[in-house]
Amino acid sequence: MPWLSYHKALNRALGDELARDPAVFVLGEDVRVAVSNVTAGLLKRFGPDRVLDTPLSEQAFTSFATGAAMSGRRPVIEFQIPALLYLAFEQIVNQAHKFSLMTGGQTRVPVTYLVPGSGSKTGWAGQHSDHPYALFAHAGVKTVVPATPEDAYGLLTTAIRDDDPVVVFAPAGALGVRADLDHEGLAPVPLGVGRVHREGEDVTVVAVGHLVHDALAVAEELAGEVSVEVFDPRTVYPFDWDGLAASLAKTGRLVVVDDSNRMCGIAAEVVATAAERCDLAVPPARVTRPDGAVVPFALGLDLAVQPDRAQLTAAIRKVLKQ
Amino acid sequence: MAVLITVVAHPPDSDVGLYRAVRLIRRFEERAVDLVRSGDIIGGIHPYTGQEAIAAGVCAALRVDDTITSTHRGHGHVLAKGADPARVLAELAGRATGLNRGRGGSMHAADFALGILGANAIVGANGAITAGAAWAARQEGSDRVAVSFFGDGAVNQGVLLEAMNLAALWRLPVLFVCENNGYATTLTVSDAVAGTITGRGAAFGMPSATVDGMDPRTVLDAAREAVDRARAGDGPSLIECLTYRFDAHHTWEHKARVRYREDDEVRSGRQRDPVEIQGARLDDGERARVDAEVQSVVDAAVAFALDSPHPDPVGALDHLYATGMRARPGGGG
Ligand SMILES: Cc1ncc(C[n+]2csc(CCOP(=O)(O)OP(=O)(O)O)c2C)c(N)n1
Repeated sequence: MPWLSYHKALNRALGDELARDPAVFVLGEDVRVAVSNVTAGLLKRFGPDRVLDTPLSEQAFTSFATGAAMSGRRPVIEFQIPALLYLAFEQIVNQAHKFSLMTGGQTRVPVTYLVPGSGSKTGWAGQHSDHPYALFAHAGVKTVVPATPEDAYGLLTTAIRDDDPVVVFAPAGALGVRADLDHEGLAPVPLGVGRVHREGEDVTVVAVGHLVHDALAVAEELAGEVSVEVFDPRTVYPFDWDGLAASLAKTGRLVVVDDSNRMCGIAAEVVATAAERCDLAVPPARVTRPDGAVVPFALGLDLAVQPDRAQLTAAIRKVLKQ
Repeated sequence: MAVLITVVAHPPDSDVGLYRAVRLIRRFEERAVDLVRSGDIIGGIHPYTGQEAIAAGVCAALRVDDTITSTHRGHGHVLAKGADPARVLAELAGRATGLNRGRGGSMHAADFALGILGANAIVGANGAITAGAAWAARQEGSDRVAVSFFGDGAVNQGVLLEAMNLAALWRLPVLFVCENNGYATTLTVSDAVAGTITGRGAAFGMPSATVDGMDPRTVLDAAREAVDRARAGDGPSLIECLTYRFDAHHTWEHKARVRYREDDEVRSGRQRDPVEIQGARLDDGERARVDAEVQSVVDAAVAFALDSPHPDPVGALDHLYATGMRARPGGGG
């Protein structure tokens, strides 16, 4: 069986969608030589009209994609750095996202914003280490954070085919993940359908992206002591609330691990909705970055603001004791 | 025997056509201001009064399938591109029959069937959208052109300058039309713009010209030249149209006592009136016929808008997602 990396899965999804639908095109900084590797080989296969190197003009190329999308194309923008989304926030949240409603349904904006390497890459410091998915979910932009190669493939494929703007965050911590898969095993994954990576009886751990792998490792470590269910919503907006409810109906206990800042992060929403909708046996817990965190440079400082396995283990133990 | 009534539609680029456009926009704006006063249009409007020659002249150089994007001061562009005045007015009045089903209002009017990709309430935001639309048209093998209207305030927005660079770099069929009415709200051009507006275009290697924006014919001539160039594959142009806004920046100004223009200035600014400039090119009978026709169109538009139903609040978030995905409700319970 071949081993497929997360990275390669994204590349395959782009290649397959470019081949399947002539309306799809890819644009971004250095996408022709594929500096991020995600667009490797695409220029040779599809030519410069389908794979566009843009100037360093995030605001313009983001709305350029909107204009092209409103005219029948399906752009996929690769953002080199997650923080560039702040530059283009206006163009995504205030323009692309709003046009369907504001025009009374006259248009659609099927743009995919792909952010490979989101979150801390350790050593990239304050302006390169954010993982801003909560901002887009809050604004109502469809927001996807795949954890595995097959989900990276399947969710990116679905994002490209979706008629609304979708941001796909590929966490830096997940890019190296590999899975034992061949191409035939790859298929689109619907937005808003979660995945139980590991069944358990005692507590539900909710995680997305690279943190799914941390949650699985912790679950394994605790296996003799606690039965942990790992629930990955895969898309943080729309969120699979029914999947969460089903898991909590079984376990009654909830821990959320989330690489967002604590204040108004995804963990806050998951905890609040679970409290409203589900019959929790004990108060839930969450492991997040601190409020308003800016990721510091030095390795130890960087790691100190990331949610980690020790914190997750402690949180699980805490909700079990109650 | 049936009586055949032949309505001779005047081509938009004829003298009568241009006159009809400026006359229609003027009358429409006057009535819209009345409807703001009466409370039928909530939120107010940014009247286009005085600037009609630009929309009329530019749109007369376009085909139906060419696209435009517009601004917070967009009624004129939308009407000149051919939108139904009744549905535009219904949109302003927030009715279900409006162009955008009451979801857009004055600052977001769009009619995709007519290539009107929408007015945009963020200054300078539409230039890059226009560039994308122009690129997509070219990729399709079409010779459609795309026009971006914006004010003098927009020329200091980074995204617009980025968009000009993209359009020029990729030789996109775009027309950048700056409506320089001398003010961005209350700020004068001389207090805002270093260098010149055409200098912005020239910096990107774009043909850039300043023209009299009060004369529809002058605007048409300049637009036609730029449109021809764009259609031929020779890339974008910038046209700076010198104009004057006769009314307030926004109708709130009718109540708020902000003072930033001398009465003399406004009086003299209003002297060169596009409606009069173009009207003088028609004989009196013809002019009177157009006036009467426009009057009846606008009367009918007002009646249509005010008779139209309000949208059902249950559907407030209809169309939020093109895929029909429903958002979770925000209420308690
Ligand atoms: C980016 C941005 N900044 C500020 C505003 C608030 N605003 C709305 S219209 C306007 C003035 C625009 O001036 P100009 O572009 O010259 O157009 P005009 O109003 O004269 O037609 C301002 C500041 C806005 N809508 N967008």
